[in-house]
Amino acid sequence: MVLRDIVFFLAAIGALAGALGVVMLRNPFYSVLSLVGHLLSLAILFLLLSSEFLAAAQLVVYAGAVMVLYVFVVAYIGGADEPLGPAVPAVGAFGPLVAAALCGELFFAFIGSGLEALDSRGAHVSPGFGSPGQIGSLLLRNFLIPFEAASFLLLVAAVGALVLARRRRGIDDEEGGARVDTIGHARAHGSEPAPAEPVAPGVER
Amino acid sequence: MNVVWFLCLSAVLFCIGGAGVLIRRNPLVVLLCLELMLNAGNLALVAFSRMHGNGDGQIFALVVMVVAACEVVVGLGVIVGMYRNRIAEDVDAMSELRG
Repeated sequence: MVLRDIVFFLAAIGALAGALGVVMLRNPFYSVLSLVGHLLSLAILFLLLSSEFLAAAQLVVYAGAVMVLYVFVVAYIGGADEPLGPAVPAVGAFGPLVAAALCGELFFAFIGSGLEALDSRGAHVSPGFGSPGQIGSLLLRNFLIPFEAASFLLLVAAVGALVLARRRRGIDDEEGGARVDTIGHARAHGSEPAPAEPVAPGVER
Repeated sequence: MNVVWFLCLSAVLFCIGGAGVLIRRNPLVVLLCLELMLNAGNLALVAFSRMHGNGDGQIFALVVMVVAACEVVVGLGVIVGMYRNRIAEDVDAMSELRG
């Protein structure tokens, strides 16, 4: 029992540090890495809550696939350091204030609620709780429609990403010459060099 | 650990993510902070699922993961499109929705 508490506090500290790192680090690349640490800590917390399948899905889908996507995009657009804080300083003070107020309100709701079960370790569960078998049987028996809707949503998102990422041939060829110069000027202040454009001026294709 | 500890942790994580959405300007980091908020919600869902001894909350958390993955795909597509069209990577500068 003591071991569980120690693991909980270690994972909680890891999750909090990861979350703070995402918000406070200036370089987006380090923010992404910090979020990976946060997700690993959350997977440990899911294991403590005896939901093994969800912990595995968190590791494979989130910390694996989604974060790789983020790393690719950060590498593509160039993660330059940005100044922290908004342009208007008053907004910078307003944001944490709102967050602190929301946090206090949520604490009030959780601790002040009359639910006795909140102060227990949870209901007694069978050994198979949270296993892939139980999740699969729930998905295919009780939640078949949401399951199919989720798969359809994934399909729509994939098609939408293709539409967004498609290179519009006509526009690109027209603007190709002017565009490289402008990007070079716009990027001059950053640490990254101007990205290579597929249609460079003066290059015969 | 009692369930209320997990819930309080998820509240703190949610508020850190919310503060990040409010104060950061890079749209990529704003997306990361949205991930923080979604994951905090997931933690609360799993904690409630454990409290009731019922697997439905875990199914809900799985659906949240699916929706988060879709949001990431479309959001990153929009960010790459912004980069290609030379729109500044600053959410304060994006004040009009034009293609």
